[in-house]
Amino acid sequence: MQYMLLIHMDEAAMAAPKPESGYEMSAPYTAYNEALKKAGALIGGERLAPSASAAIVKVRGDRTEVLDGPFADTKEQLGGYYLIDAPDLDAAVKWAARCPGAARGTVEVRQVWQAG
Amino acid sequence: MAGRLSAMAPDAGAAAELAARRSYGKLVALLAARSRDVAGAEDALSEAFAAALAQWPRHGVPERPEAWLLAVARRRALDAMRRRQTRADAGTHLLLLAEEADAMTADAAQIPDERLRLLFACAHPGIEPAMRAPLMLQTVLGFDAATIASAFLVPPSAMAQRLVRAKARIREAGLAFAIPERSEMADRLDAVLAAIYAAFSEGWTDAVGAEARRRNLAGEAIWLARLAAGLLPREPEALSLLALMLFAEGRRPARRDAAGAYVPLAEQDWRLWDAAMTQEAEALLREAGSLEGLGRYQLEAAVQAVHAARRLTGRTDWPAVARLYEALAIVTRSPVVAINRAVALAEAQGPAAGLALLDTVADAPGIEDYQPYWAARAELLARCGDVPAARAAFARAVGLERDAAVREFLMRRSARLLA
Repeated sequence: MQYMLLIHMDEAAMAAPKPESGYEMSAPYTAYNEALKKAGALIGGERLAPSASAAIVKVRGDRTEVLDGPFADTKEQLGGYYLIDAPDLDAAVKWAARCPGAARGTVEVRQVWQAG
Repeated sequence: MAGRLSAMAPDAGAAAELAARRSYGKLVALLAARSRDVAGAEDALSEAFAAALAQWPRHGVPERPEAWLLAVARRRALDAMRRRQTRADAGTHLLLLAEEADAMTADAAQIPDERLRLLFACAHPGIEPAMRAPLMLQTVLGFDAATIASAFLVPPSAMAQRLVRAKARIREAGLAFAIPERSEMADRLDAVLAAIYAAFSEGWTDAVGAEARRRNLAGEAIWLARLAAGLLPREPEALSLLALMLFAEGRRPARRDAAGAYVPLAEQDWRLWDAAMTQEAEALLREAGSLEGLGRYQLEAAVQAVHAARRLTGRTDWPAVARLYEALAIVTRSPVVAINRAVALAEAQGPAAGLALLDTVADAPGIEDYQPYWAARAELLARCGDVPAARAAFARAVGLERDAAVREFLMRRSARLLA
């Protein structure tokens, strides 16, 4: 089964200077990637650029609208994602709990739609 | 009068709450013991608690709150049963309830304690092992599904469904609410203790108790272990499990430094350990040792006792720890025990000996995402001087860790050992 882990985070807090700089931001993610890969669970994943650079597009009839993003006016924004392979939702939730993003923001676990 | 009423309201609320905490499992057990309808018992009881919260502040707390709650819950259960009378089994249930009511009036002063039966029903071989601890937390302690779900890393809706299914299974498969015969006791008790320990372990992973619910869970699991040990005072494994949990819980204040950083056991300041808990654990272990039979919890508690002895001797007797884990490995054949034994062996005989033992579980199922294996492996590889392999193992351990403080610790350790 494929699951999407959607990492939501408070961008303002992420941009603030860290008390301990250096490995704090990247090393846990590198390790997490590695653990997913070695367990044969990683399909893909990326970090996203800040939502300030996002754009929203919608087409209604003959009218196309382009707006500055982000779409939702909440404190937490989508900051990255993983696509993983897991036997079931419980296993996917366990991977989500290990995601460094879960310690600061939230990780939403969604199963990929199964056609047919 | 008005003054007395307003002064009494919070008291009555507190009394209802205290009765709820202390009596919940006792009353569920009693209500469900014969009908085996745990869900029905819980429903009836929640109505009784609601009635108590509405009435006690106005009319005062009854002389025997537990008996009051039981009487109301029984009435509610009877009402519910009447509403379902078309169901084929309703007649039998009514009969059972009537019998119980008779038994009650005959001995109204004594509310029998059926919780032990309830514990055995929750850990029945007919119940999926992973659901035994959640079932106990709900039926004996009254935890809601959402709290249990978070502790066991399962979505709340899924946990709620599984709890409903497990209770239906107790009722429909007619799982016995009975204390096992002597011949089955060891296996059945082991299942009860394993479930209590599982509840404790989930609570214990959250060392700082950042989540109040989790910290609560470790404390509540100790309460369950105390209950089991109290009800089975001649079973050395029940006493040993309580000892094991008290040793671990007693170290909680030392597991984080002032800045919130993770402190491994070997580096903990023993002066921060809870002396009363540690002493109680030692006394329980002595008591268990005087009884016949040696099981896994007694061996595990003995390991903890060796660690606790550091506060008296100033050092850890690693060869003793390694020997105890060797005995445990024979009893359990568990890869987890092998990992612990490898760590102890590394301290006693050097990292190469530990690493050789770790290699024997390298192919165990599930080891690729079992964090403690990678953390142990990383440490021992680093001490053996195999820098590239140690670096990779540290990365695996960090990537598999849930706790940010432990991730930090492992990264610092890796940087220091592999510099």
